[in-house]
Amino acid sequence: MTSEPRSLPAEHYLKAGWDLKSWLLTTDHKRIGLLYLVSITLMFAIGSLYAGIVRWNLLVPDGSQMSAEAYNKAFTGHGVVMVFFFLIPSIPATLGNFLIPLMIGAKDLAFPRINLLSWYIYVIGAALTMWALVSGGLETGWTFYTPYSTVFAESNVEVAAIGIFVAGFSSILTGLNFIVTIHKMRAPGLTWFRLPLFVWAHYATSIIQVLGTPVVAITILLVALERIFHFGFFDPNRGGDPILFQHLFWFYSHPAVYIMILPSMGVISEIVTCFSRKRIFGYSFIAMSSLAIAAIGFLVWAHHMYVTGMAVYSAMVFSALTYLVAVPSAIKTFNWTATLFRGSVQWDTPMIYVFCFIGLFLIGGLTGLFLGNLGVDVHLTDTYFVVAHFHYIMVGGAIMGYLGALHFWWPKITGRKYVESWGKVSSLLVFVGFNLTFFPQFVLGYLGMPRRYHAYPEEFQILNVLSTAGATILGFGYMFPFSYLTHSIFRGEPAGDNPWGAKGLEWTTQSPPLTHNFDVIPVVTEEPYDYASPPKEAVRG
Amino acid sequence: MAELGAQAHGTHHPGSAGARNPLQHHFTSLEQQREASSLGMWVFIAQEVLFFGGLFAAYTVYRSTYPEAFAAGSHHLSWKVGFFNTLVLIASSLTMAMGVYSAAIGKKQRVVAFILATILLGSVFLGVKYFEYGEKIRPCFGDGPHTGCLVPGARFDASALHLEGPAAGHAQIFFSLYFAMTGLHALHMIIGVPILLLIAYWAWRGRYSPEYHTPVELVGLYWHFVDIVWIFLFPLLYLIGSH
Amino acid sequence: MTPAFPLAPEQASSFAGEVDALFLFILGVTGLFAVGIWIALFYFAIRYRRRSEADRPPEIHGSLVLELTWTIIPFLLMSAMFVWGAKVFFHLNRPPDDAMTVSVVGKRWMWKLQHPTGQREINELHVPVGRAVKLVITSEDTIHSFFVPAFRIKKDAVPGRYNMAWFRATKTGTYHLFCAEYCGTEHSKMIGRVVVMEPEEYQVWLAGGPTPESPVQAGEKLFTELNCITCHRPDSAGRGPVLNGIFGRAVALASGERVVADEVYVRESITSPAAKVVAGYQPVMPTYLGQVSEEQVISLIAYIESLQTPSQAAPAGAPMPSRAKGARSR
Repeated sequence: MTSEPRSLPAEHYLKAGWDLKSWLLTTDHKRIGLLYLVSITLMFAIGSLYAGIVRWNLLVPDGSQMSAEAYNKAFTGHGVVMVFFFLIPSIPATLGNFLIPLMIGAKDLAFPRINLLSWYIYVIGAALTMWALVSGGLETGWTFYTPYSTVFAESNVEVAAIGIFVAGFSSILTGLNFIVTIHKMRAPGLTWFRLPLFVWAHYATSIIQVLGTPVVAITILLVALERIFHFGFFDPNRGGDPILFQHLFWFYSHPAVYIMILPSMGVISEIVTCFSRKRIFGYSFIAMSSLAIAAIGFLVWAHHMYVTGMAVYSAMVFSALTYLVAVPSAIKTFNWTATLFRGSVQWDTPMIYVFCFIGLFLIGGLTGLFLGNLGVDVHLTDTYFVVAHFHYIMVGGAIMGYLGALHFWWPKITGRKYVESWGKVSSLLVFVGFNLTFFPQFVLGYLGMPRRYHAYPEEFQILNVLSTAGATILGFGYMFPFSYLTHSIFRGEPAGDNPWGAKGLEWTTQSPPLTHNFDVIPVVTEEPYDYASPPKEAVRG
Repeated sequence: MAELGAQAHGTHHPGSAGARNPLQHHFTSLEQQREASSLGMWVFIAQEVLFFGGLFAAYTVYRSTYPEAFAAGSHHLSWKVGFFNTLVLIASSLTMAMGVYSAAIGKKQRVVAFILATILLGSVFLGVKYFEYGEKIRPCFGDGPHTGCLVPGARFDASALHLEGPAAGHAQIFFSLYFAMTGLHALHMIIGVPILLLIAYWAWRGRYSPEYHTPVELVGLYWHFVDIVWIFLFPLLYLIGSH
Repeated sequence: MTPAFPLAPEQASSFAGEVDALFLFILGVTGLFAVGIWIALFYFAIRYRRRSEADRPPEIHGSLVLELTWTIIPFLLMSAMFVWGAKVFFHLNRPPDDAMTVSVVGKRWMWKLQHPTGQREINELHVPVGRAVKLVITSEDTIHSFFVPAFRIKKDAVPGRYNMAWFRATKTGTYHLFCAEYCGTEHSKMIGRVVVMEPEEYQVWLAGGPTPESPVQAGEKLFTELNCITCHRPDSAGRGPVLNGIFGRAVALASGERVVADEVYVRESITSPAAKVVAGYQPVMPTYLGQVSEEQVISLIAYIESLQTPSQAAPAGAPMPSRAKGARSR
C-alpha cells in the first residue's frame, strides 16, 4: 500500500512558471500535453454540439426542425471536428506527449520545440476550419467526395480544406517525434520488449501518422486547387475521375481509424494489467499485433468502395485483407480478457472504462466483419449500420479508453485524486447513454435508413427517438468527468507517487513530476508489468 | 524538420568565445542527439515521399488513361529548359555535398561558400521556373482570345497542343498535374533557400565543427531529396513520347 | 405480415434471402464470440475480485497454444464469411442473359428511369415479379447511389461511367427506393418507390398512357439526325465500321488490343471516338461530347444493340436482350 502524503511535492512541472509565456512558449512535453488537452476538450465540446443538433433534427421524420442546409452543415461539422480535431490527436497528443518520455526514462521527447510547433499548427488549423464552419459552414460531409465537393458544394470548402491540411502537419510532427524518441531515447536496459504496451501502441500509431497523413494532405490540397483554380482532376467532364478521389482519400482515412483506436488499445493494456495486479497475458503478441494492424491497415482502404463499380476481383482482395486485419484486434481482446484470469481485480473507474471498452469495442469491431463482407456490405454500406459501427469503435472504444486513461493518469498529471464515486456514476451514465444512442442505429441500418438523411420515412421514427434520448444521456454523462476532474485540480486530495500501485517508470516519479522528469536516468532491469515483485519505491535525487 | 541550430538549455560552458555547447538538455550524449536528429530527418523525408506520392499516383492513373493528351502536353514543354534545370539542380546537390564535407573537415569558409553556391544554383532553378510558368500563365490574363494560356480552367487554350474535343480536357489534366507537381517541388525549394541561408550564417559564426555539424548534414539530406524528386519529375513531365 | 418491430426489410428479391442468411451466419458467429467474451469478462471480474491488498496473483506470461488457437479459429471462421460473401457478391454482379435492361440516371435530386420499351419514370420503377431486371446506372452530376433495401441491392451512380446492378423481384408490393450517397441539400428527398406487379398487371401498366417511343426508336431517329448513318452504313462502303451485329462482340482495335463492344465502349466511341479506333479505319469520327445528353446516348446504345446482321434478324419491335455482362469497372 503506498503511503499518502499530506501535500504535493515542493517542486514540480506545474509550478515552473505561472504566466502565459511559460505556457505558450513551453517546450516541456507535459505542459504541451496539457495545452493539447485544453484544445481538444474545446473541440470535443464543439463536435458534441453539432451532434446534438443532428440528433435534435432526427427526432421528427419530416425534417421540420431545421432546413436541410443547416442539417447538412451540422453533420459535416460534427464529422470534421470530431475526426480531425478530436479523435486523431486525442490520446497521442495529450497522454502520449505527457507519458512517453516518462515511460521510457527520458527527460523530454526528441524534439521539444517541434512538439510545441505541432500544437501551434493544430491551433491554426483548428482556427481556420472553425472559421470556415462558422462563417457559412461546410456541407460536403467530412469525406469531401468529388465531384460534389469540387463542383457543386456551395460552402467554404477551400478554407476548411486548407484548415484540415494544416492540422495534418500537426499529426505528422507528433508521429515523427514519437518515432525518434522511442527509437533513440530509451533508458539503459529498456529494450524493445520491455517497453510498456502504451508505447508500442503509440509507435505503431506514429508510423501510420507519418506515412498516411501526407496522402490525405495532398488529396485535400487537390480538392482545394480544383475549387480555386478549376483544375480538373476529379471532374468527369474533363476526363477526371471522381473515384480516384475516393481511392486517395481512403488510403489515408482508413489507416486513420487505426490512429484513432490503437492508442486507446495501448491504454487498455496498461490499465487492465495494473487493476488485475497481474502481468499482462501475451505481451509480445499484443505488441506485435499493434504493428500488424498498422501494416495491414494500409491495405484495406477500398472496403469503403465496394459499390462504386470497382472490379469484382479487386473488391475480393480488399475484403480478404479486411478480414485479415481483424485478426490482430481479436488477439488483443483475448489477451486482455485472459489477463483477468486469476488476477486480483480492482473495480476502480479506470478499470470500469476498460470493461466498457472491451464490451463495446467487441460490438464495434465485430460489426466490421459484417461491413467487410462483400455480400452483406452491398446492403449495409451508406446506411446507419455503418454509423453505428464506427461510433461503437470511436466512442464505445476510443473515447472510453481516453476517459479511462485520463482517470488512470490523472493523479500523475495533477498530483491529485478525483472523487472515485463520481467516476463510477459517470461511467455508468456514459455506458447507458452510449448504447441507447447507437444500438438502435444498427437496426435502422439493416432496415435501410441511409446516412446523412435530413428527413426519413415515418416507420424509422421510434428508433431515432430512442437514439436521441440516448444521446441526451450521453451528453450529460460527459459533463460529469469534465466537472469533477476540473474540480479535483483545485480541491483534490494529494495522490502521492503511485496511488494505484502500478508498474511503469512514470509511477516511479513524483506526482506531479519534475519538469525534467528524472534527476537520475533510471536503469531498467525488470520485465514490464512485473506485478509479482513488490512495487518500486519512487526514485529520487 | 530536425533542430537546426543547437541551443543549450540553461547549460553554459565557459571557454572559447563563440563555442556553445551544442548538447541539448534532454539528450544524454551528443551521439544520441545526432542519431535522433538524423532519424528525424529520414522520417520526415519518408513522409515527403508519401506526400508527393499521391500526385505520382494520380499521374500514373491519368497518364495510362490518356496517353495521347499527356504526350502532346509533354511535347509542348521545352525539354531543353527542363534539362538545363536538371543540370542546375544536380550541380546544386554537388555543392551541397561539398558543403557538408567541408563542415566535416572543419573548413568554415568553404562551408559558407558551398552553401551560398547551392543557394545561387537553387535560385537559378527557381528563376528559370518563373519564366517557364510565366509564358504559360501570362496569356490567361486580360481580355482577348487567351491564345497560349495553359492554366487549366475556362481559359485553357488547347490549340497550341493540336488537340481537339475531349483530348483537350485530358490535356488540362496533364497541365493540372504539371503545375501541381512542379509547383509543390518549387515550394519545397523556396522553403529550403532561407533555411540554407540560416545554416550558412551559423556556419560563418563558427557554430559547426567536425564534432558537431548535424544541421548541415540534415539540410543536405533535405536538399538531396528535393533534387531526387526533380529527377523523377523531369522525365515524367518533359520526356513523354517523341512526336 | 410485418412484425411489430421489424429488424429487416421485407425480402422481395431473389437476393434477399441469401443476404439475410449470410448476415445471420455472421451474426451467429460474432454473437457467440461476443457473448463468450462478455461472460468471461464478467465472470473473471467478479470471481477474481480483489479481496485484500495482500493478494498475489500468479505470474502467467502467456500461452502459445492459446494464442495459436484464438488466432487460427477466428481466421478460419472469417475465411468462411469471406468466401460466402464473395459468392453472394459475384451473384450480385452477374446478371442473367435474359434480364431486361432499365436505364437509371441520377440527377440532383431525382431518379430518371427508362424501360426498354421506352416508358420513362421519375422516382418510380414498375417491374414485373419474377423477371430479371438489369439496371444500367449513371449520374448527370454528383455521385448518387441507387438503393432498394427490400431487394438488398445498392450501386453508386457515378458521373462519366456506367455501373450495373440487377435483381429479380420475388414478391409483389411497393418498396422504398433511396439515394444512398450524399449529394447535397435534398439528398434525403431523392427517394421513390419500386412497384412490383404481377406480369399481366405490368403489361397493362406498360400499355397504359401514351405509347412512348422506345429507346430503340429514339436511337434510330438520332442515328439519322446526327448523321451517324453517313459513315456507319450497313454495307462496308462507309468510312466507319459496320455496326450491325457488333454489339456484344469483340472488336480489334488499331492499337492491336481487343475490346468488347458493350455499352461502355459504344458510349466512349460517341464521346471520345479517337480513344479506341477500330483496326482498319481512320480516326476521322468527330466527337459528340456536349451534343448528346446521357439519355440520348442510352437510346443510341439501345439502337446499336438492336442492329442485327441479316442472318440474325429477329421479329421487329422486340427489344433485344443485352449480351453485355456488365459495365467496365476500375
